[in-house]
Amino acid sequence: MNIPQKKRLNTLLFVVLIVLAALFLFPILIVLLNSFKTKFSIMGSPFKLPTKETFAGFENYVSGVKSAGIAAAFGRSLFITVLSVLVLALLTSMTAWYLVRVKSAISTILYNTFLFSMIVPFQMVMYTMTYVVTKLKFNNPVGIIFVYLGFGAGLSVFMLSGFVKSIPLELEEAAEIDGCNPVQKFFMIVLPILKPTAITVTILNAMWIWNDYLLPYLILGTGNKTLPVAIQIAMQGAYGAVNWGGFMAMLVLAILPIIVFYLFCQRYIIEGVIAGAVKG
Amino acid sequence: MKGLITIKKYFPLFVLPTLAAFAAFFIVPFIMGIYLSFNKFTTVSNAEWVGFGNYIKAFSNNDFLRALGFTALFTVVSVITVNLFAFLLALALTGAVRGKNIFRTIFFMPNLIGGIVLGYIWNLIINGVLANFGVDISYSAKYGFWGLVVLTNWQLIGYMMVIYIAGLQNIPRDLHEAAEIDGSNRFQTLGNVTIPMLMPSITICTFLTLTNSFKLFDQNLALTAGAPARKTAMLALDIYNTFYGRAGWQGVGQAKAVIFFLIVALIAFAQLKLTGSREVES
Repeated sequence: MNIPQKKRLNTLLFVVLIVLAALFLFPILIVLLNSFKTKFSIMGSPFKLPTKETFAGFENYVSGVKSAGIAAAFGRSLFITVLSVLVLALLTSMTAWYLVRVKSAISTILYNTFLFSMIVPFQMVMYTMTYVVTKLKFNNPVGIIFVYLGFGAGLSVFMLSGFVKSIPLELEEAAEIDGCNPVQKFFMIVLPILKPTAITVTILNAMWIWNDYLLPYLILGTGNKTLPVAIQIAMQGAYGAVNWGGFMAMLVLAILPIIVFYLFCQRYIIEGVIAGAVKG
Repeated sequence: MKGLITIKKYFPLFVLPTLAAFAAFFIVPFIMGIYLSFNKFTTVSNAEWVGFGNYIKAFSNNDFLRALGFTALFTVVSVITVNLFAFLLALALTGAVRGKNIFRTIFFMPNLIGGIVLGYIWNLIINGVLANFGVDISYSAKYGFWGLVVLTNWQLIGYMMVIYIAGLQNIPRDLHEAAEIDGSNRFQTLGNVTIPMLMPSITICTFLTLTNSFKLFDQNLALTAGAPARKTAMLALDIYNTFYGRAGWQGVGQAKAVIFFLIVALIAFAQLKLTGSREVES
């Protein structure tokens, strides 16, 4: 192929990609657009631009946030997500290191059980898990953090152990000669080296927990709504009397933080996706 | 080494917290789940042994069989469309085109949005289009099916594209140059060099789309909730409905869940075999 032909092909490709990118952004923009329209001008005509009569300003954000307890749900989601990913990162790093370094039958069995848990679909355990959680009184916004520890342990231990195996033993032996006990050795030598993988694991877990619907719905119910639960209830619990304007504002509030988060840590997220895919 | 023996003593500190949560919220419920699938119960404490009764009920249940068929068809269509589009986008974005990073950022973005929100976004859009014809998404199971396919494509294409791009960038440049010198054209190079070299990525993406589509729940609940008349309920949603929507059928729900688990495990096992054997080859 000669050069002008190649150039023309690239220009064509560029135009096609622009159109596709617009198509990909379109659904998000439609939600954003409708969140500024009055509640009766949304359903049935979501593609119409707001006119003087149908422009609602920030009214939907005010009414949506007020009516559905979204502010509390937002805070609760943030609390649960942040604490769960921190607990997961710290405790599963410790577990992964132990299971790799201490070679024993118990380590092998535990490691394989963690792997096994990754392929079990949630529906298999949802009913009995809800029962156990309720019996143990972990059905509250703090208790759920430990439920996430249990459910997230599989993937986290798996990804972190893969990395621990690549840490040279000499480093740890040197620390030992310097008089470090295992706890000091882990926190001063191993954990700093594990940091990049721990960040990747944390991002994958954060995206999962922030967006998770069924687990918090079953455990916390409607009394302690997280953001996805609040959205589902606003729609299903309203029996036709949905405040569409407020609902659009809720969707925007659910999407916005994760997009901002993405734009800031894009590199880590993409790396996490690739690492998670190759491992999982 | 002396150190390892001392590490061993630290089991309660390093392993026990994770293990306790894992045992209480995963291992115990999993074993209870298997046991309860052979019981009739309304709360866990009043279980009564019925043998394979729940499994027989599950398989003679029209909702379950229809959900299985719907899920299988949806999965096949999604796996093909998502991977085809993701692969083409990855090819386009590894060439000499301008603005690669911005395009990649945009195509990946829908993947960050949670299933419930995704479902309602597409519910709004699809109903907005169908309103021109005086119907909505619950009018026909076909609308729900293709709605779910479009939604899943929108969600997963960017994700798979990222994996394909990584795979394409790992192919040594000299392989392409060698093919060019041997006089192969673009399509021959694609078929004889690029695709065979990309097989690991293709396997990973196929299985990721496969399990993701097969286990779909949130999107299904928000987009159609099974309407019309449970015709668009996928397996996960059907299991949920059996547990929480039908009194006295919890045992059947649990039996359906075990069958669901076995199918997913079979898929995972097939993937393990496939990727395992390829690693030996290379």
